[in-house]
Amino acid sequence: MIKINLIEYFENTVDSFPDKLALVDGTSQLTFNELRCKAKLIATQITKINSSINSPVAIYLPKTNDAIASFLGTMYSGNCYTPLDTKNPIPRIQAILKALNPSCIITNDRFIANIKKCDLDIEVINLDELDQEEDVDESFNYLKCIDTDPAYILHTSGSTGVPKGVVISHLSIIDYINWVADTFDITEKEKIGNQTPFIFDMSTLDIYLMIFKGATLFIIPEQKFMFPATLLDYINENNINFIFWVPSVLVNIANLKLLGSIKIPTVKKVLFGGEVMPPKHLGYWIKNLDKNVVYGNMYGPTEITGTCVCHIVDETFNENESLPIGKPCRNTDIIVLNEKDELCKVGEKGELCVRGSSLALGYWNNLEKTNAVFVQNPLNKSVPERIYRTGDIALLNEKGEYIYIGRKDFQIKLSGYRIDLGEIEHYILSVFDTINAGVFFDKAKNEIVLIYESENEISVKDFRSRLSNVLSKHMIPTRYIKMDILPKSTTGKIDRALLNKKINNT
Amino acid sequence: MKKKIIDFLTEIRPEFDFAASNNFIEEGMLDSFDIVSLVASLDEEYGISIDGTEILPENFSNVDSIYRLLINNGVTE
Repeated sequence: MIKINLIEYFENTVDSFPDKLALVDGTSQLTFNELRCKAKLIATQITKINSSINSPVAIYLPKTNDAIASFLGTMYSGNCYTPLDTKNPIPRIQAILKALNPSCIITNDRFIANIKKCDLDIEVINLDELDQEEDVDESFNYLKCIDTDPAYILHTSGSTGVPKGVVISHLSIIDYINWVADTFDITEKEKIGNQTPFIFDMSTLDIYLMIFKGATLFIIPEQKFMFPATLLDYINENNINFIFWVPSVLVNIANLKLLGSIKIPTVKKVLFGGEVMPPKHLGYWIKNLDKNVVYGNMYGPTEITGTCVCHIVDETFNENESLPIGKPCRNTDIIVLNEKDELCKVGEKGELCVRGSSLALGYWNNLEKTNAVFVQNPLNKSVPERIYRTGDIALLNEKGEYIYIGRKDFQIKLSGYRIDLGEIEHYILSVFDTINAGVFFDKAKNEIVLIYESENEISVKDFRSRLSNVLSKHMIPTRYIKMDILPKSTTGKIDRALLNKKINNT
Repeated sequence: MKKKIIDFLTEIRPEFDFAASNNFIEEGMLDSFDIVSLVASLDEEYGISIDGTEILPENFSNVDSIYRLLINNGVTE
């Protein structure tokens, strides 16, 4: 029978490989059977608090085996999980929790104090106090779920200051992971080296290839990415053969020319996504790794579950040409629409829109934002059919490949983090209420720039230390420019186009 | 030169007191972006090229270890 729930895939994998390693993090490891036992214990606790299905459960844990056991535990209980970033400032966590209203929060001794600081009336499960001997009731609520029920909610930067919770169904993940596993020939032999945080939708691929196929997932300690030589040693020590990383990490290794001195012969599949991969740096990897290594450029926003367009690098690769984002994944269709909502011709730029089972259910508790981007397919006049408008500008070339051009709004990508400049501005203006300011992105330097109008100069130290109380570190501007008067348009608003040109010398 | 090192660090993360810390890495004062920026600044300032194999936790744990790294790269006071 066709599987309709992610837990059914997991159960199948545990039954096939009970004693095989499922997870390895910086301090511990779990076999598939051990992972299942832990997940079931967690599910039992969740169900005690809330016996209904389809409620969100917040997971406030660092990137560890326990986080994954909590994701699975949540799904055994018939609910959907929301990973929260333990590095986020408390006000941001508080804002997310308020909008999410989860039935409970899973955390541990180390992080429970932060949850208490949020001062919200939400039940907490502390994994360090979990009773390992507890009787597990095997009648798990996931058996009541259907495939269009939510599996997880991931938060992305929103222009009004409150992050948007993207709700993804079991069906979308099943659709996605089966495509990935077939396309890249994934089996239990895969040793996946995870880089992306679990709050990022790129990690869906890593986590669910483990769950679907019995691959081993190595949650690489974050410190290894600060010191890339140690990262390559880690790959060799653990015989990692599959990676799906953000280009920034691959670029850093290429810039340091590390693959000449430290060979990584076990790596056979190199996928990347989340931002644009510069072809020169990819060329360095191709020259330094074995000839038979597969490279995949994966494109897709969180709202369509991982990847919707993919380009597998072939012999036509040229270091001097930008990499196509490629062709639609199976069971996904791409339509590029012009400003009149008509299908673009080959070579014509327009907004990239997606249709398929991969589409998110919407934004949690936010019908207005949902209806703005999940809309009726304008090409279908006969029956209701949703498409997702990505806000990305793209075109189709003569080879049938999609080419990414840029954004139509103020969203940027920095090391794979999706950032709405409006969210940064919102927080800056709320913390520094005497200034007027605009936030811009210097594309050449990959840097967030704040331009502000103020009577007095504000020191960089003052900006950064006060902003670190409200913004994630990757969202804090790194360059600050004071102007006596900001240029304004005729309507009195900041002339963004002019300032943007100045920053980018265009 | 040590003052210059502290200046670079403070430019990257003004919220921390680098002179007072003995282990930037364990105390979580730097992340991977910061290391990339710091190495770029040091390379440019001293006209050197710190080798990727030297970018190790023990060479970036405090001001003294960064100082020694620069000396080993031929930088003089």
